[in-house]
Amino acid sequence: MNENQTCHRGKIAVLYFLLSLMMIGLTGRLFYLMIARSQYYSAKAEDLHQRERTIKAARGRILDQNGVVLADNRTVCTISVIHNQVKEPEETIAVLCRELGLPEETVRKKVEKRSSREVIAANVEKELGDKVRSYNLAGVKVDEDYKRYYPYDSLASKVLGFTGGDNQGVIGLEVKYESYLKGTNGTILTLADAAGVEIKDGKEERIEPIAGNDLVTSLDVNIQQYAQQLAYETMEKKNAKGVSILVMNPKNGEILALVNVPEFNLNDPFTLDQNLVSESARQRAAEEAEGRSKQERRNRMWRNSCVSDTYEPGSTFKIITAAAGLEAGVVGLEDRFSCPGFRIVEDRKIRCHKVGGHGGETFLQGMMNSCNPVLIDVGQRLGVDSYYQYFEQFGLKGKTGIDIPGEASTIMHKKENMGPVELATVSFGQSFQITPVQLITTVSSIINGGNRVTPHFGVAAKSADGTWMKQFSYPLGNRILSEETSGTMRYILEQVVAEGSGNKASIEGFRIGGKTATSEKLPRSLKKYISSFIGFAPADDPQVIALITIDEPEGIYYGGTIAAPVIGDLFRNILPFLGIKETGLSS
Amino acid sequence: MAKQQRTEKSGQQAVRNQQRQQNSQVARSQQGQRNPQAARSQQMQQNPQRENSYQGSGRPQVQRGPQMSGRPYVQGDPQRHRSQSSQYARQQMQQAQAANKKGKFKRFYDYSLLFTIIFLTVFGLVMIYSSSSYSAQLKFGDAGYFMKRQGMIAVGGFVVMLMISKIDYHFFARFAMIAYVMSYVLMLMVMFSPLGVEVNGKKRWLKVVGSLQFQPTELVKIALILMIAVMITEMGSQINKFKSLLVIVAVTLPIAGLVAANNLSSGIIIVGIAFVMCFVACKLQWPFVACAAAAGGVIAFAGPIATMLEKVGIMHSYQLSRIHVWLDPEAYPQDGGYQVLQGLYAIGSGGLVGKGLGESIQKLGFVPEAQNDMVFSIICEELGIFGAISVILIFLFMIYRFMLIASNAPDLFGAMIVVGVMGHIAIQVILNIAVVTNTIPNTGITLPFISYGGTSVVFLMMEMGMVLSVSNQIRLQK
Repeated sequence: MNENQTCHRGKIAVLYFLLSLMMIGLTGRLFYLMIARSQYYSAKAEDLHQRERTIKAARGRILDQNGVVLADNRTVCTISVIHNQVKEPEETIAVLCRELGLPEETVRKKVEKRSSREVIAANVEKELGDKVRSYNLAGVKVDEDYKRYYPYDSLASKVLGFTGGDNQGVIGLEVKYESYLKGTNGTILTLADAAGVEIKDGKEERIEPIAGNDLVTSLDVNIQQYAQQLAYETMEKKNAKGVSILVMNPKNGEILALVNVPEFNLNDPFTLDQNLVSESARQRAAEEAEGRSKQERRNRMWRNSCVSDTYEPGSTFKIITAAAGLEAGVVGLEDRFSCPGFRIVEDRKIRCHKVGGHGGETFLQGMMNSCNPVLIDVGQRLGVDSYYQYFEQFGLKGKTGIDIPGEASTIMHKKENMGPVELATVSFGQSFQITPVQLITTVSSIINGGNRVTPHFGVAAKSADGTWMKQFSYPLGNRILSEETSGTMRYILEQVVAEGSGNKASIEGFRIGGKTATSEKLPRSLKKYISSFIGFAPADDPQVIALITIDEPEGIYYGGTIAAPVIGDLFRNILPFLGIKETGLSS
Repeated sequence: MAKQQRTEKSGQQAVRNQQRQQNSQVARSQQGQRNPQAARSQQMQQNPQRENSYQGSGRPQVQRGPQMSGRPYVQGDPQRHRSQSSQYARQQMQQAQAANKKGKFKRFYDYSLLFTIIFLTVFGLVMIYSSSSYSAQLKFGDAGYFMKRQGMIAVGGFVVMLMISKIDYHFFARFAMIAYVMSYVLMLMVMFSPLGVEVNGKKRWLKVVGSLQFQPTELVKIALILMIAVMITEMGSQINKFKSLLVIVAVTLPIAGLVAANNLSSGIIIVGIAFVMCFVACKLQWPFVACAAAAGGVIAFAGPIATMLEKVGIMHSYQLSRIHVWLDPEAYPQDGGYQVLQGLYAIGSGGLVGKGLGESIQKLGFVPEAQNDMVFSIICEELGIFGAISVILIFLFMIYRFMLIASNAPDLFGAMIVVGVMGHIAIQVILNIAVVTNTIPNTGITLPFISYGGTSVVFLMMEMGMVLSVSNQIRLQK
């Protein structure tokens, strides 16, 4: 035997052993990849192979109470590229940039990205989509899709809200009722090769889309349109910053109209400074724009001030003080008061709006004159504890629960911080803030017989084919007031319009109740006002209540002079329309 | 030597016995050429001038040498060589006839290896068809495009293999030097002549005629195996000196560097082949242990080392990114990690039994050129871990056959050829599977016999022919 050969044999055996060891190591690696990590990689691969095509569900429409469509769908196109099918990337990029007006950089990035499908642009008009399709570019897909469309453009814009790029609600009812409106997208799942070509005879799963449900609202397009027209007229006439009009059914809280001018076009919600009727309004908008980001300005434009902004209600709040005083029995209609033009509470001298004073007057006359000292006295008779208790009982402390997002809370003194001075100012509607919708809701509850209502738009949701329907119920809330006090309040407020400060709202042949207000905005030194009027009809059995607020009117700013006539005008036109008969009593 | 007369069916045992019978009459009467020990001693003796250099080796054969007439197999004077080889062929025939007449031994032929080769090639064709039919249909309108091409080349290669296997492998030694020089010429042609064809930014192909191209790196591998086998045999016991190892290194590194310039993975394989051959031939151990330890260290700390090298400026940033991709392929799904990640998806989705032959989805364009380097990932996806392990087992069996042939080769030269081929196949299989499973950084290495590639198949068949030829020179005792 020769040792060299043995040596070689040994070495060869060692070599074989080492090589086998490595192969066994790799086998172990394979076990790890194919058994332990199998699920992980299978899922990843499946993900890669499955081409998921979404079948978009149509969003539910929004209807007014008579079935008029306020928000609808329109066909638009989604343009996307499939990387592996693109044949001429440069031409594709050039065409897409030119036609869609997109910067080259973003388009290039998407075209060159190695992904199964990359969306270039969504919500493209159908004509433009057809044009892109006509280029017949390999790898460019134009899919038809739904887009929200609002036939009345800016009507009730801040109530309805609009939808974003994915057809999801952004503000207003579109957000609040998203779950009903949205619908369920369908999908087609297919297997595709790397070029994105679907594999023939591959398993295909199809899930049909379910269209969203229609939302029936309490809005009435005619009332809304008329109220909007009045609001624009008032805004223009008084060169006001904004005018809002709320029209509601005081018995059940259904809102018939909610106008917030200037409104914005729902089909173009991102353009700033829309519907500014006067030169000075545009100027003011330009001034306010300074130092604010676009998004900030948009948010302001979209803001529903009736719901999201609070203000000092002023004299309209005397209704609440009066109702509390009557309910508590601390005052009667014929109780006598005297007004020297001011009232001294502790160390403060609080003025009446009439400098010379109203002199001697009954409580009813005090209300008709909107006399501050009278209401201060009523407040003082109630005392802080009792007043605060009524404030809470009337539901003023919380939110109304209205069905659009962004409702602001009442800003009120803490009870322990309230002294006679604070009580006196609160009694005639100053030194605290509530939203207009809170005011109209509380007044509704006072005059409708004494039951708290919840203001709302949503009446029902129903499927597009009418096979399914859900009524939204807003049952009457707590009784906040006795029937009797409610009746007395109706009588007082009718007198306010018939012979008092609100007489410019009176209409021949109808019994109208109401109350005016002129609130000075903070800081008082600016001498800016919010004029408002709240009115309802018929006074004996209120079926409709309306609140107008005029923000920063120029010239005459008294609510009785500029706000009351607008509501008079509104009622003159809508009462016959609502089927409320003339009675001839008030003449 | 009592056992030597025993008839053995098992080739291995028989060969061993046969090797032991160095003093047998048959061998002596046939002038000993067929006797391995005698042949080896002749290698030493072939050139009288060299005899001195072998004196110190202390090999017992040296003393016995003069008994047999020398038959040099290393090329010297070509004229003399040719005459000798024809003389040798005559001797061979006479010897075979004599052997047959006497019935003392018969030629061995490793049919196990032959059938393994056939199986792997046919299995490769099936997998090429499976993995490429989709893209071939799209690209060439013929689903079998790649499979047919590969099939034709494989059949041609098979015939060449059979022919080579019937030639005495000593004959190949004449071409060692020519092939080695040719390697340089061809590699330089690829790099600098207009005949070099650039594909994907790498110059790896050489234009022959028309659309016929071939990859000279495949030739380099076979040339180097021959060259080193010849050198080691000539060196005799000198190989056990560290200096001799350096000589082999000096022969290997230049050509390996040339190859690596455009094809790093082939360069690695070439170095690996030389390493394996030296390891077997040389009694020294520490250089190999040191090398292996160094390589292991580099792999273990590849990340930091690569970052350092890149900072110093030795390494290109694209090479660094490959290392990063290797360490975390999912962080680079778009660029470098794409191929690796797609391969992993394919492997991982195979599971235990796979999706079934032809059912791979990753081959539908996700794994780029699935019939090529990444074919093993498709095997995993379609045949599952059972299929993958079966393939590894077949390769292990093939290497086992190489081991047997090498151990029983009639002489050192034969053994070294087989060891070289064994190293080539094993390294390539291991590296390919390691790349596909992302065990090492991605580099283009084909899976022998299975991956698509004409040059590769032709030269693999030639190597197999050489191994079979060595096996055919083993004589079994009757």
